[in-house]
Amino acid sequence: MNRVVITGIGIYSTIGKNLDEVKESLYNGKSGIVLDQERKDFGYRSGLTGKLERPKLKGLIDRRSRVGMAEQGEYAYMATIEAIKNAKLDQDYFDKNEFGIIYGNDSSSIPVIDAADIIREKRDTVLVGSGSVFQSMNSTVTMNLSVIFKLKGVNFTLSGACASGSHSIGMGYFLIKHGYQDSIICGGAQEVNLFSVSSFDALGAFSIRESEPDKASRPFDRDRDGLVPSGGAATVILESYDSAVKRGAPILAEVIGYGFSSDGSHISVPNIDGPKRAIEMSLKNANISPESIDYINAHATSTPLGDANEAQAITEIFKNINPFVSSSKSMTGHEMWMAGASEVVYSIIMMQNSFIAPNINFENPDEFSKKLNIANTTINKEFNTFLSNSFGFGGTNSSLIIKKF
Amino acid sequence: MEKAQIATIINDFLVDELEIEEELTPTAGLKEDLGIESLDFVDIAVVIEKEFGFKIKGEEMTDVKTLQDLYDYIYDYLIKHK
Repeated sequence: MNRVVITGIGIYSTIGKNLDEVKESLYNGKSGIVLDQERKDFGYRSGLTGKLERPKLKGLIDRRSRVGMAEQGEYAYMATIEAIKNAKLDQDYFDKNEFGIIYGNDSSSIPVIDAADIIREKRDTVLVGSGSVFQSMNSTVTMNLSVIFKLKGVNFTLSGACASGSHSIGMGYFLIKHGYQDSIICGGAQEVNLFSVSSFDALGAFSIRESEPDKASRPFDRDRDGLVPSGGAATVILESYDSAVKRGAPILAEVIGYGFSSDGSHISVPNIDGPKRAIEMSLKNANISPESIDYINAHATSTPLGDANEAQAITEIFKNINPFVSSSKSMTGHEMWMAGASEVVYSIIMMQNSFIAPNINFENPDEFSKKLNIANTTINKEFNTFLSNSFGFGGTNSSLIIKKF
Repeated sequence: MEKAQIATIINDFLVDELEIEEELTPTAGLKEDLGIESLDFVDIAVVIEKEFGFKIKGEEMTDVKTLQDLYDYIYDYLIKHK
């Protein structure tokens, strides 16, 4: 069995467009959430959203590479070039080695809607243009990045709702651990636009604390009233320890455990048992006891029931140990398909820089969160091992354990 | 519409949208000289519909080999369907 190490990370998010900016935001507890008037004008119940600029790729990559790329693919490209640089990789290495890609993504709303509108109006399939199909498919991120970087290894997108990014790292970890692949670009991407996850608004899942956008996402707080949609992309480069050493790569951290489960119950209402089983499986897979976990980056999205159930799952496993817990979604909002990957990146940034980012807006606990050791201010502390939880609709759960190298 | 006007619209599209950097001489081969690939012909069909108001299918363009062929194809279509 191979040890699996992380040699590069990259991020493009609402709290920063690169690792340095994100580090500052995490340390200072800066929110990336705004009230978007366009959403209100459109009729949204909540106009709150993470705010993100589209990167300008003209001049960076050729037209053919750009026209097939949807918004979230652009974010993923930016995160990936940062991770590649960070990992000291180059095109020559991709050309001579079998490098794979598994990225989390679970929607591509705008290209699908635009194409349907054109076909309905014009009654002609040609007029959607040549890039439409490559933007519309769920696998848009991996199909584009694998071509841009001419990757020769495993190549697929992983769709597991709000755990997509986390499962992508878990799947990459398993493939490398068991010797099927040496190196894989993993990550998660999430579009941010009017049509992405719009029906969450109808389901009442979004916070309506519009008077205070930066206070709207308040995981574990007693007065939380829903999540705030957000997005971007995060890339995590995984390699076998042997191949990382062989090429003299920087080693940032080691993936030591992955656990997964399915709630086996409701499509949108999470339970306690499913997440608990995923966490237990990750601990067993890592062959460590709960005492070894220094920090938990919670899934907690700021929804009333989800946070309460996660708090109970954590308490049942970590009672009397009290590792620090925080949800970076308090700053970023819910980055959905990206979240599992971005939260690994955020936690690695914290681990590298010896601090735990605050769970901002945690002012009053509820009956379940009061049992957790929630960091509501920045904690300056060296730590060695963290657990990152990600859960999604349909009851898909993923837990990753990552250790300082 | 004059042929010169058609050429201007097409050339602007080739430069601005397809980002073709080669010189746009009328005898230039679309594939060989300008590097236009099959996927790009879909986008040419989109610009023809937008700018000249008619729909074409890729298979109707099999005889269109050069830039001049493309201008002529559009011109002839517009004349026939006046």
